[in-house]
Amino acid sequence: MINWFRFSSPQTFYPLAGRMVPWFAGAAAILALAGLYLAFFVAPTDAQQGESYRIIFVHVPASWMSMFIYLVMAGWAAIGLVFNTRLSYMMAAALAPTGALFAFLSLWTGALWGKPTWGTYWVWDARLTSELVLLFLYIGVMALHAAIDDTRRADKACAVLALVGAVNIPIIYFSVQWWNTLHQGASVSVTRAPSMAAVMFAGMIVMVFAFWAYSIAVALARARAIILERERHSGWAHELAAA
Amino acid sequence: MNWGSAAEFFAMGGYAPYVWGSYCVVALCMIIEPVAVRARRRAAAARLKALEGAARRTASEAAA
Repeated sequence: MINWFRFSSPQTFYPLAGRMVPWFAGAAAILALAGLYLAFFVAPTDAQQGESYRIIFVHVPASWMSMFIYLVMAGWAAIGLVFNTRLSYMMAAALAPTGALFAFLSLWTGALWGKPTWGTYWVWDARLTSELVLLFLYIGVMALHAAIDDTRRADKACAVLALVGAVNIPIIYFSVQWWNTLHQGASVSVTRAPSMAAVMFAGMIVMVFAFWAYSIAVALARARAIILERERHSGWAHELAAA
Repeated sequence: MNWGSAAEFFAMGGYAPYVWGSYCVVALCMIIEPVAVRARRRAAAARLKALEGAARRTASEAAA
């Protein structure tokens, strides 16, 4: 059996993460190239929306990742609170900026898609508003961490905030069912076939995997930076920095 | 193939500002973020080296 707790020590995790980053970064680049090829050269023009629908290939992956990263961040926060492992808090802190970036990109691409299809960049509809709340939650977690000097207290406070904020994720996901939103309902679900052409769906899924690999690579790389920043009083961190 | 020419591709059926406005900002963010993360790690490593250098100097002064 693998002793997972061995990897929960920053000292063993740092080189392991360093070896994983290039693989995920490479996978992200290859998947993104394949996804962009499908998105622009294979997927046909949409009968109703023309070429404007091609925004879907970045909008949906960014939106999904913004929600998924939040759940992973809240999960690390929960593990940190239960086991009091430093690395869990570091992972949570490493995920927040990337999650915030995807929440922003979701809103940005959504606005640019909304203008030609709905006639407006923004409406205070349940889906858009709850996604905006998600962006503020990410920013709140980062601001709270920056505001508390004692790192361990900051970690715990942020973990609680992240866990409380997790209630927003099902609200975003089900907002299009619970309320009458201008935003369309889900085109993709686990229980039925996607209501879009197979090749469009394929392009979108490849882009989702590209964003996924990107997020893992960036979060691991940022976790390494955080380890060096926080473990500056330990001898092994000095050896790693020198290497 | 969807496009008869490069100009047609860049015009995006009249939706160029929306489509390219989305893709360019996404690409820009996903280039800047890894560069910023790399700079952050290098800065942390440089700071560790500086700390170590300072510690060595103090140790050698104490020995002398």
